[in-house]
Amino acid sequence: MSAILSFDNVWVEYRDKVVLESVTLDIEERSFVSLVGPSGAGKSTFLRLVLGQEGPTRGTVLLDGTKLKPECEPDRGVVFQKYSVFPHMTALQNVMLGLECARAPVMARLYGKARKRARDEAAAMLEAVGLAHNLDIYPAQMSGGMQQRLAIAQALVKHPRILLLDEPFGALDPGIRLDMQALVTRLWREHGLTILLVTHDIQEAFKLGTRVLAFDKRRHDPHAPHRYGATAVYDVALDRKDREDAERELAAHLSPQPAAAGAA
Amino acid sequence: MRVVNIKLNRGGRLLAGAIPIIAMLIVYGVMSAARLEANEYDKVLPTFGAMSDAFLRLAIETDARTGQITLLADTLASLRRLGIGAAIATLSALVFGIALGVVPTVRAALGPLIGIIAVIPPIAILPILFIALGLGETSKIALIAIGIAPFMIRDMAAHVSALPVEQIIKAQTLGANSWQLTLRVVVPQALPRLIHSLRLSMGPAWVFLISAEAIASNVGLGYRIFLVRRYLSMDIILPYVAWISLLAIATDALLMLLSRRAYPWAHEGGR
Ligand SMILES: Nc1ncnc2c1ncn2[C@@H]1O[C@H](COP(=O)(O)OP(=O)(O)OP(=O)(O)O)[C@@H](O)[C@H]1O
Ligand SMILES: [Mg+2]
Repeated sequence: MSAILSFDNVWVEYRDKVVLESVTLDIEERSFVSLVGPSGAGKSTFLRLVLGQEGPTRGTVLLDGTKLKPECEPDRGVVFQKYSVFPHMTALQNVMLGLECARAPVMARLYGKARKRARDEAAAMLEAVGLAHNLDIYPAQMSGGMQQRLAIAQALVKHPRILLLDEPFGALDPGIRLDMQALVTRLWREHGLTILLVTHDIQEAFKLGTRVLAFDKRRHDPHAPHRYGATAVYDVALDRKDREDAERELAAHLSPQPAAAGAA
Repeated sequence: MRVVNIKLNRGGRLLAGAIPIIAMLIVYGVMSAARLEANEYDKVLPTFGAMSDAFLRLAIETDARTGQITLLADTLASLRRLGIGAAIATLSALVFGIALGVVPTVRAALGPLIGIIAVIPPIAILPILFIALGLGETSKIALIAIGIAPFMIRDMAAHVSALPVEQIIKAQTLGANSWQLTLRVVVPQALPRLIHSLRLSMGPAWVFLISAEAIASNVGLGYRIFLVRRYLSMDIILPYVAWISLLAIATDALLMLLSRRAYPWAHEGGR
């Protein structure tokens, strides 16, 4: 297997605040990487780098060996915890948007036969995520779980190679969460995706991932906490059976978090 | 039960809303009768009968001098000015507000200018408009447009910039370029807000319209009110004011209906 993404000594700084420092790692194609770490460790920042929403301050991020432009492209899909779907579009329209942008450069709308074809593709994608019977309702009429299913369908209709998930199940009930985990695992296999999943749930990280990456600060300056950034302090591939051992091992690596450690 | 938790049903709400209005009308009736008792030529608080007579005369009879029905001519002239002025403001809010909200470069270039224009009291530039554009229709329409556009543009820009960044990013990962992003994601979500901000701007728009008509005009609702003021014709002024309120309420209801019909998703889950 080859590396689809590779980070070489990547730093991200905002003014004098160092968020990520010397991150060097490769991510294999078709792997399922779980990202964990305390709040503020830079997990979302790491995803934003892959997404192209921003570029690194120093170092390089390579996608298939070429330097990543700091712009979002359809080969990398994303699902956020919130606001991932468009409130003014029905489920079907939300999923069709990606197809319409590619096929109708000026109007971003399709008509006639082309529309019918895009509609069928979108409907098939919605069926794959379990929304076959909710094609014409607006996100406000959907539960949180349905909205996240929709967001996934919307991203997958573009056939991205990489799917970035930033705490996608963070706001869902435990039961719905299990369904969503099964869904994502199935889609990952079926579509040959490379997935980067940020989660605060360590069990989820180990259950879903083929690899778990933990971000945390290596060094702490008690007087100037912004001086040092976080990096991958723990990195384990989980093709072995001893997932629980690895889970315990990770707990020892992370710095203890204050009980009220912040919201997302 | 706590006062904040007492909710009225539909009939109760209508009744509660009607009581103060009816009370006000009764108080007026009593005061008017008292004044006329004291002086039968009093013009300040005419009776309802006198007002409806005067109003009907203007609403039905053709004016000998102009050959037109006065109320109709006034209403059409005023609504035309108001409509064109509001339309210009709405269109510029759509174009500039969205450009300002979406494109950082445009925001940097035009933001300060619009900020400056917005703090100028529009009535203060009315003389400039009269001098530059003459006393005709153009200057009145311009006053309305200039009066309400800066607020609408800034409201639109603020609303657009407040769209969740996740949406903007998501659209780009779906392959949307700047134009497609604007057309399919930003504009549709901006339109209900545009209608909302137009509704809020209609009040000021009427103020500007009536000011301009009061100063230089020969037809229009504001013109008529200020014309008959010389003769203390409260029997015309009061019905005209009521008529203006009625037009304003109807406009507002129409805009609200339009928004609900066209953008049902924007009205979900309101209280
Ligand atoms: N644009 C920015 N300007 C300044 N600081 C920023 C910016 N974006 C992120 N940060 C800072 O970078 C740090 C890492 O943020 P990030 O959102 O990546 O953390 P995270 O690991 O995703 O946390 P959480 O688990 O709470 O989502 C935070 O301290 C945040 O304040
Ligand atoms: Mg985060």
